[in-house]
Amino acid sequence: MIPELGHFALALALALSLAQSILGLVGAQRRDARLMAATGPLATGILIATAGAFAALVWCFVVNDTTVSNVVQNSHSAKPLLYKISGSWGSHEGSMILWVLILALCGGAVAGFGGNLPSTLQARVQAVLALIGVGFLAFILATSNPFDRVWPPKPDGEGLNPILQDPGLAFHPPLLYLGYVGFAVTFAFAVAALIEGRVDAAWGRWVRPWALAAWSFLTLGIALGSWWAYYELGWGGYWFWDPVENASLLPWLAGCALLHSAVVVEKREALKTWTVFLALLAFGLSLLGTFLVRSGVLTSVHAFANDPERGVFILILLGIYIGGAFLLFAWRAAAMTPTGVFAPLSREGALVLNNLLLCSLAAVVLIGTLYPMFADLLLKEKISVGPPFFNTATLPLAVPLVLAMAAGPLMPWKRARLWPVLQRLWWAALLGLGAFLLCLAIEGIRIGPALGFAAAAWAIAAAFADVADRIALFSRPQAAWARARGLPRAAWGGALGHAGLGVMILGLAGMGLATDKLALLKPGEHAEIGGYTYTLRGIEDVRGANFTARQAIVEVTRDGAPVVTMTPQKRNFPVARMTTSEAAIHTNWLADLYVVLGEERDGGAVLRIHHNPLAPWIWLGAAIMALGGGISLSDRRVRISAPAAKAAKAAARA
Amino acid sequence: MTKKRRRLWVLVLCAVGLGSATALTLTAFQDNLVFFRSPSDIAREAPPPDRAFRLGGLVEPGSVARETAPDGKPAARFRVTDGPNAISVTYVGVLPDLFREGQGVVTLGKLGPDGVFRASEVLARHDETYMPPEVADALKKAGHWNPVQGGAPPAATWNTLEPARQPGATEPARRGGS
Repeated sequence: MIPELGHFALALALALSLAQSILGLVGAQRRDARLMAATGPLATGILIATAGAFAALVWCFVVNDTTVSNVVQNSHSAKPLLYKISGSWGSHEGSMILWVLILALCGGAVAGFGGNLPSTLQARVQAVLALIGVGFLAFILATSNPFDRVWPPKPDGEGLNPILQDPGLAFHPPLLYLGYVGFAVTFAFAVAALIEGRVDAAWGRWVRPWALAAWSFLTLGIALGSWWAYYELGWGGYWFWDPVENASLLPWLAGCALLHSAVVVEKREALKTWTVFLALLAFGLSLLGTFLVRSGVLTSVHAFANDPERGVFILILLGIYIGGAFLLFAWRAAAMTPTGVFAPLSREGALVLNNLLLCSLAAVVLIGTLYPMFADLLLKEKISVGPPFFNTATLPLAVPLVLAMAAGPLMPWKRARLWPVLQRLWWAALLGLGAFLLCLAIEGIRIGPALGFAAAAWAIAAAFADVADRIALFSRPQAAWARARGLPRAAWGGALGHAGLGVMILGLAGMGLATDKLALLKPGEHAEIGGYTYTLRGIEDVRGANFTARQAIVEVTRDGAPVVTMTPQKRNFPVARMTTSEAAIHTNWLADLYVVLGEERDGGAVLRIHHNPLAPWIWLGAAIMALGGGISLSDRRVRISAPAAKAAKAAARA
Repeated sequence: MTKKRRRLWVLVLCAVGLGSATALTLTAFQDNLVFFRSPSDIAREAPPPDRAFRLGGLVEPGSVARETAPDGKPAARFRVTDGPNAISVTYVGVLPDLFREGQGVVTLGKLGPDGVFRASEVLARHDETYMPPEVADALKKAGHWNPVQGGAPPAATWNTLEPARQPGATEPARRGGS
């Protein structure tokens, strides 16, 4: 009964979305206040219906209803409750339900917080969001209904892929989807603005927080996924330039450009067309990501259950939404005239440079990701594009980006001179040079990591210089505290975000110095790496909730002093008939000690030992970036959407 | 600054950005594209020894030998087959959890002058029922598997030493593009 109710709720949500999109567009066109007033309650209705469907699905998983084929394929009664719940969005069908639920949440939020939005804009945004919902609900109902029954019921489910049974991965999809779908809102705002033919500062003030929220969630989602790959896959790496990873990086890059150019629209009413274009692009890349992951057109290390029929459906949706939006853009974009004029060397100019570099990066990653598909289709050649390509192609773009990122926030709007900026950054540059030389002195000729350390020092120091300059820390230290409290949170958030990127680069540079070692050890024998001695004490059997495992006991010492005992495991999941490696990781924040248990032979065990300097800082940096986004979101001028008073604006300067 | 000049600046910057991105992509493509080759492809035309490529097929049953490299590292030796042809592979490192005899495998490495493929990477998959699409394609080309008839045949039923006795092997393996 419950699954049928869930199915019905989905159909109801589809009908309501269809009504919403028609009423919203027609109502806004005719300026019919009654029709436009219906969009709020309809958005709530869609939210209730999709939440009902989602709750029904979670219920099926929690009670392990084996008459539902999705549960049979992805769950098992012996699974811990957390993974039963997360299993509901672990499968393709379930993840699509989560997708539309988050979309409905966004619609509800626009209705809830958008009271002071012009009513036609509000109605059109709701209509576009509902239109996206129509496509995805139709997709779910037509090709991937999670409530399909099986008869006769199976005695128990087949289990969730054991490497997906992990707290990191339980929350990775929701965060990622919050990011992807958040860009649906900026997309809806962009399309509504194109229909209205008007983009102004108020529009920028609305789009920026949505872009910022989506970007922050996406940052967290990507970081969580990368962290999961690091500790769960046991390869010792954190980013593989895999198509599925790139699919999430592309909207991140476009969204990062969007949130920067939205600042220019809000502050200076310039770059309007460009910002609208980026809003369309960010969501387009999100949809493309969904298509790449769900259709399986690209070979990925993450083999998802996929199906070409679904791929075609998503491709059609992608064509309709993105093709339609860009047609609208081509038709209407000329109507939006910029008012703010600026010199090339100015805050606006720096933000344009940022946008160009981020978009070039996105283009390079996109080409590298899609090229194998086109090569297969057109040239009939099986090709893969691996990390060497991405590393060589993105580095030359990332270097100027980091260089300019430091100078941008120190430049005034409209017109800037380079000299005062350099004056405030010389010590950051000196610090970067120091880090470069220090790395060369300690590690020998390793240009890549040395450059990374220099970039990290430069970015972090420049973020500090930015804040110090705003609160006049050095020129008038006695007033600095008062000024720091008065500094708008957007300025704090921006500086923190930039510093977070610096911290992440620090981790990346550290990982550039990572070393690893393979050793076949018998109990009592030891291996040395990175100044630590790893001694194998023994191998034993252990038993978990739904697996049995072989576990090596590895004692780690440094200069004879015991550090930690590590227990890498090789787990065997009988239900899924799978074996996984569970890496043992010990971090002291300066480095990760990382041990993986390989096969056993000749009375010993093969251990793969990694020494990963500064590894945790990669994800910590990403978390700081997301935190910066969050702080920026809590800014007063986001909460109060009335145009800020002139005085407040002058004080903000952000 | 006039509007016209500003627009010119933006256009110039865009052109520079796009141009540099294109140039970067093309130069990086030149050195870093990795081609996929099946054992039959290699038998027909050996790739140059200094170029890395991916070799895929099924792990020939009974061919896996685990050994220890001279420097004490664990190593493995196995053969990758697509039916008519097989290539010997050596790999120093820990084989992934899902590496099994008779299952699909993709390896990255270089072909030595002695015809032995030295793998630097053996790709792991999340799922044991997953067949890498390139491998599936290579098997189809070698005439060993018609997907219409269901899943891939168990590799144990193949005998690469007597290809003539195989059902599909009498048909000459088609050349797959270039």
